[in-house]
Amino acid sequence: MADLVNLTIDGRAVQVPPQTLVIDAAKTVGIEIPAFCYYEGLSLAAACRMCLVEVEKMPKMMTACTLPVSEGMVVRTETEQVKQARKYTLEFLLTNHPLDCPVCDKGGECELQDMVFRYGAGESRYTEEKVHTPEKQFSPVVFFDAPRCILCFRCVRTCNEGMGVGALGVINRGVVSEIGPNHGDHLECDECGACIDICPVGALTSGIDRYQTRPWEMTHVGTICTHCGDGCKTTLGTRNDRILRGNNRDRSGINGEFLCVKGRYAFDFYDHPERLQAPMVRINGKLEEVSWSKALETVAQKFKDTVASNGSFGVIGSNHTSNEENFYLQKFARQVLKTNNVDHQRTGDVVTLLDSLSGKTSKLGTVADLYQSKAVLVLGADLALEHPLLSYQVRANYRHHQAKVYVVTEKPVREDNYAAAKVRGRDYASLAGKLKAESELVILFDDSYKGADLRQLVEFAESLAIPVKFICLLDYANSRGAVDMGLTPELLPGYTPSGATGLHIDEMLAATLDVLWVVGANPLKGQKKAGFLVVQDLFLTETAQQADVVLPAASAYEKSGTVTNTTGEVQRLTQAVSTMGAKTDLEIMGFLAREMGAAPLLGPWVAETVFAEIRKTVHAYDVPLPVLATGGAAQTLPVNGRIPVDTRLDLVQSDHNGLFASGTLGRYSKVLNSVLENRLSR
Amino acid sequence: MTFSPQLEARFEKLLKSYPPGRQRSAMIPMLMYAQDEIGSVTDELITEVAARTGTTPLQVNEVMSYYSMLHRKPLGKFHVQVCTNISCLLHDGDKLYEHACKKLGIGHKEVTADGQISIEEVECMGACSWAPAIQVNYDFHHHVTPAKLDEILDRLKKKPV
Repeated sequence: MADLVNLTIDGRAVQVPPQTLVIDAAKTVGIEIPAFCYYEGLSLAAACRMCLVEVEKMPKMMTACTLPVSEGMVVRTETEQVKQARKYTLEFLLTNHPLDCPVCDKGGECELQDMVFRYGAGESRYTEEKVHTPEKQFSPVVFFDAPRCILCFRCVRTCNEGMGVGALGVINRGVVSEIGPNHGDHLECDECGACIDICPVGALTSGIDRYQTRPWEMTHVGTICTHCGDGCKTTLGTRNDRILRGNNRDRSGINGEFLCVKGRYAFDFYDHPERLQAPMVRINGKLEEVSWSKALETVAQKFKDTVASNGSFGVIGSNHTSNEENFYLQKFARQVLKTNNVDHQRTGDVVTLLDSLSGKTSKLGTVADLYQSKAVLVLGADLALEHPLLSYQVRANYRHHQAKVYVVTEKPVREDNYAAAKVRGRDYASLAGKLKAESELVILFDDSYKGADLRQLVEFAESLAIPVKFICLLDYANSRGAVDMGLTPELLPGYTPSGATGLHIDEMLAATLDVLWVVGANPLKGQKKAGFLVVQDLFLTETAQQADVVLPAASAYEKSGTVTNTTGEVQRLTQAVSTMGAKTDLEIMGFLAREMGAAPLLGPWVAETVFAEIRKTVHAYDVPLPVLATGGAAQTLPVNGRIPVDTRLDLVQSDHNGLFASGTLGRYSKVLNSVLENRLSR
Repeated sequence: MTFSPQLEARFEKLLKSYPPGRQRSAMIPMLMYAQDEIGSVTDELITEVAARTGTTPLQVNEVMSYYSMLHRKPLGKFHVQVCTNISCLLHDGDKLYEHACKKLGIGHKEVTADGQISIEEVECMGACSWAPAIQVNYDFHHHVTPAKLDEILDRLKKKPV
């Protein structure tokens, strides 16, 4: 490491690496230099003039956010001149800023309010009328109120650099300059809302929660987004059992402050008008609402009778339900219903990957690895659309560390823009020469790399003779957890072979089973069902419509438990709200077990207890509990050995959901269906 | 979008005068020259310049809306710019501007009904030594008096393009 630079800030000796900015150097000794436009990770703007400090031997005050430290530098941040400059800057920012704080969404968490409170003058010398322009709607989720804007350009930079979209710009100049959208009067972008989140004032507000609540009235619950497999932490702002807002300003979680349109807004399915709130039983050919006790009794009786008469069961689990629920479900199926006919929709070939990495360690990449690795190879997937967080990490890695990004896809993708090399098709081997020159590599691959292709890929990676990590891309919040928890006919939790392989999902749908039990999935698409169909779901999906009993389930935002993301990192779900009438899938299964007299066998249906059992059963799920409890992510290696089973590769099929789709669930999100891009992309 | 062969040649030369990958630097001159030919910066022109310089239309719009010499609306055939910045102001540049407005019956950035003349109050044009100064298209007129301005405007009114 290069020698440290010595400088003095407010009389305190500071030692920092060369090239550190004065504003950051001050932070290391607990001195705050206020700034609006400076934002960690984004390019420098020096637009707001809030961070002016005095530096000895420099004739004028300097912007601490653009000034790199130098040996022997003497900085003063608390002199009368500096204090006066801050007062003037704030006075200037407030010339046209409306004082509508009492109705502004940002009031209470507004950086301008805080700065004026701490550094500002109590009065203004301006007596002129404020320039006012009406607010504009850029899209269903983005509103812009120009007079409130302090022109820090954070939104423009985060859109250009962080998201790589470049949908916002600064138009006009001087007093009339303002933020402009990319299509004249409206935005066509990812609708991620990063601009709203990063806005220090209330200039950009969200169409979802504007004028609905004051920030301090909300309870903030950190939980995991239930849409794609990336596992972003989303902090839900709730009030009176309603979710009003999603963001992650505290940057806890593997995603930092990143969220896409789904994580930030698409929680709204939870109070969709079609949400099921009472169990239904088919009476005289028609689904009718009944009490929970009646519904549970009906199902338990049918289950008991079928077990007694040695009838056949089929159990289909979900990619969205928690690890605890998946574990409990397969245990229920195997121990109470005595069947190995357990499956779920597989979206990536995790089994072959883990099998081919048998005996090796540090071969599984994490979300953090994508930001740190010197090189990344993307195979097949349109990362920016299907895995927004992973794409964000790779892009940030390129911006901050100049990582080499290699892309091998069938079609052009956004990663092409900064890729060191791109190949159309599947010929990744042609990159061998370049990849061998790298010091390390993370390979991401989608469902088109499975079975023999995947083993070949692993061999190829071995032949590079550099450290390589793999990430198997999976579609949904707990796709990985579903495999880890043994929701497959051939494997038990922890990838132990089940011995007698049961029926797979397609076989179950085709066979005439006595009972088909579907938990949180929608596999029936117009097919005629066989036997008695029990469905647990949030909505009356195509599958639920054909059911004999429908049990209304709670969404991921209404339950506690754990989920495992596409990189195998376990994170904790925390219940944010509850919806009347719905029960968590774990509770439903527990009640069914109790009704059948099987509860002692399956154990308590309490998430913590079930997770304790998972920790004992599934290899490497004995993750440190404090990490989960404090909202962190713990990586797992669910197996390290051969997995001697034949997997049905034809069943490995990703839905390739884009930014505005999320399987069946996405259909019930008002936001995902209201944004213009959704219609454009169809 | 098609331009005259002369303009196309000029664009080609422009794009070549910057190092590879820095073609966006040609944006401002391209907009200026195209504006002279078309009369204003149209949406079509913005899209075209964006495509040629490897930028987005939004980026072109950012630049064009910043510079006051680029106009979204067509100006008169003769664009009269009157400086009212300090040096010219001290030499009655503001009265000159008011005189011109009154004479033509139009205001700031407006065009006469026949589309012949437009007027604009501008900041310093760098002609302080010869204040008050006005600029007609690319031509400067120095030490302008109301009488001299009348003469210039009368000539412009009749002058074919």
